Amino acid sequence: MAEIIIHNAGKTYGKTTIMQGIDLHIANGEFVVILGPSGCGKSSLLRMIAGLEEISEGQIQIAGTVVNALEPRERGCAMVFQNYALYPHMTVAENIGYALKVAGVAKAERLARVQATAASVGLGDFLDRKPGQLSGGQRQRVAMARAIIREPKVFLFDEPLSNLDAKLRVQMRHEIRKIHNRIGATSIFVTHDQHEGMTLADRLVVMNKGTIEQIGTPSEIYDQPASLYVAGFIGSPAMNILPGHVSIARRGVVLEDDSEVPVALPAGLPDGHLVQLGIRPEHATLVAPGQGSFDARLDMIEELGATRQCNLIFEDIPFCLLTEDRPALHPGATVGVRVAPERVHLFDAGTGRRIAPATAAVRQGREQPVS
Amino acid sequence: MRRACFKFSWIAAALLAPQLLIIFIFFYWPSAQALYWAFTLEQPWGGGNTWVGFDNFTKVLSDPYYWGSVRVSVIYALATTVIAMGMALTLAIFVDRQLAGYRAYRVGIIWPYAVAAPAVGLAFQFVFNPGAGIFSYINTIAPGWWDLSKYPWQAVTAIVIAGAWKQVAYSFIFFLAALQSIPRSLTEAAAMDGARPLRRMVDMQLPLLTPTFFFLLVINITDSFTDSFGIVDTLTGGGPFRATDLMVYKIYADGFRGFDYSGAAAQSIILMLLVMALTFVQFRYVERRVHYT
Repeated sequence: MAEIIIHNAGKTYGKTTIMQGIDLHIANGEFVVILGPSGCGKSSLLRMIAGLEEISEGQIQIAGTVVNALEPRERGCAMVFQNYALYPHMTVAENIGYALKVAGVAKAERLARVQATAASVGLGDFLDRKPGQLSGGQRQRVAMARAIIREPKVFLFDEPLSNLDAKLRVQMRHEIRKIHNRIGATSIFVTHDQHEGMTLADRLVVMNKGTIEQIGTPSEIYDQPASLYVAGFIGSPAMNILPGHVSIARRGVVLEDDSEVPVALPAGLPDGHLVQLGIRPEHATLVAPGQGSFDARLDMIEELGATRQCNLIFEDIPFCLLTEDRPALHPGATVGVRVAPERVHLFDAGTGRRIAPATAAVRQGREQPVS
Repeated sequence: MRRACFKFSWIAAALLAPQLLIIFIFFYWPSAQALYWAFTLEQPWGGGNTWVGFDNFTKVLSDPYYWGSVRVSVIYALATTVIAMGMALTLAIFVDRQLAGYRAYRVGIIWPYAVAAPAVGLAFQFVFNPGAGIFSYINTIAPGWWDLSKYPWQAVTAIVIAGAWKQVAYSFIFFLAALQSIPRSLTEAAAMDGARPLRRMVDMQLPLLTPTFFFLLVINITDSFTDSFGIVDTLTGGGPFRATDLMVYKIYADGFRGFDYSGAAAQSIILMLLVMALTFVQFRYVERRVHYT
């Protein structure tokens, strides 16, 4: 069990800086998911914690020890790799027990522990097989068992579910969370899949281009995205972003076609300030033309079963909206869009950062019964 | 296993013909000729031969010089294979670990493969020359101690070193390719599991190299039985006292110097059977213990 403190960590390859200024404090027993698109540096960060990559600057501490100069084996971390990295020439039992064998654990104890661990992940009957004779899900379990058996202080997962099919991925996701709850080791899980991130994490770390965009619980990140980047990355379908400017007189944001969206404007925001308005698809409703905040043209309706996804076009910008109704509309029709003012996110058009006081509006919004 | 079936076509036959013709003329025809000669007594200047059955084989197999030749051939094959593969593996591991300057010596190690056997023999003729080469320094300390043309064990050592030197390159290329095809994540997983570099080499790299190892074993042993003529001819000429009279060299010497075509043909057949038997044994018994992943 260990807490991990990352202070101002950075990574450079030659003259290229791929990561800088990473500050992250992970509490003992916490399950943290690092989320970001490919190439954002999330895997590199994980590998730096594991000791598989050098730390170019800054400091990483595991359980109170600075590990910058330590070998992977001295850091007490176990890792599950994306392609599982099972030893192809060893049986399942040998794969799971390899770390113990290297550590010099006596054969009898080793066998007992291998059997117990294998049984705990449902591999009891496969101990004599080679990895080549296993299915994808079973290989995944071997990789998990190999990490579990070492009783590590820290569990590292490098996109472990990305090679599985959709159904198995959901199932393994639940199992990983259950195993975490049982073992309680500090866990860091890297993924580009926001569903994995949202469902698994105690806390999410959203990364972009080698820096951390936001750290928070899944609901914090969903409800109060710190930047346009996070707002667009988390949530499916993605948040709609509309450009506009602040109008004190009209108590809201004026859009490009001069229609206005009422927003609880934070104090001190100058009149005419350029902003980006963020509206989640589930926070906008379809109304008759002229009745809502603005009018848009219907492009297409996609049936999702429980809801319908209406793809609208507003001033050449796509705008997506989810509704539980079955609107009797044809593509090309003009519709009105009503936006709940307390659900609107406001971002600075220049910096892309969230304009802070709008948070209060969301908090108020959350306390209101959802109609 | 799926099989593709093709209908007979004259175009296909025509396209295959040149290759088949070459194989026939340069392999099957001479082999058949050798087989025929092995059972006849051929006159050195041509003009008739007599069927003698197995007489040629009995004569060869009852010749103590022939058994001496078999003995030294086996020693040569084993020694060159062990040295060449050992060196190749060591060098490949160094290059794979990307120790300082590996780009330079990677190219350097591959070059010897492009050198023809007689050229290798000639080069080592200078190296091992008791009067002029590097080894001549030994003779300045202990006069007369080093002389290839005098001491059988020195002559054998010399052809073994030259032969191994030539074969290192080939094995090196294959070992390096095999090492680099081992996924990096495997080594990393082993590192996470607590294994140090040497342990990782023994537990991960070497077992995963076994298919390559087996392939190279077959190639190297076959090569050292059949492809050593150039080195022996230029370096020792089979001497001293027939100490380096390898089977291929003896075939040449008996056939083209002694004009005993029939005896040489019989020896060729024996060598061919020996190489086939060795390959069979290797595939039958060694391959079983090889991990194919």
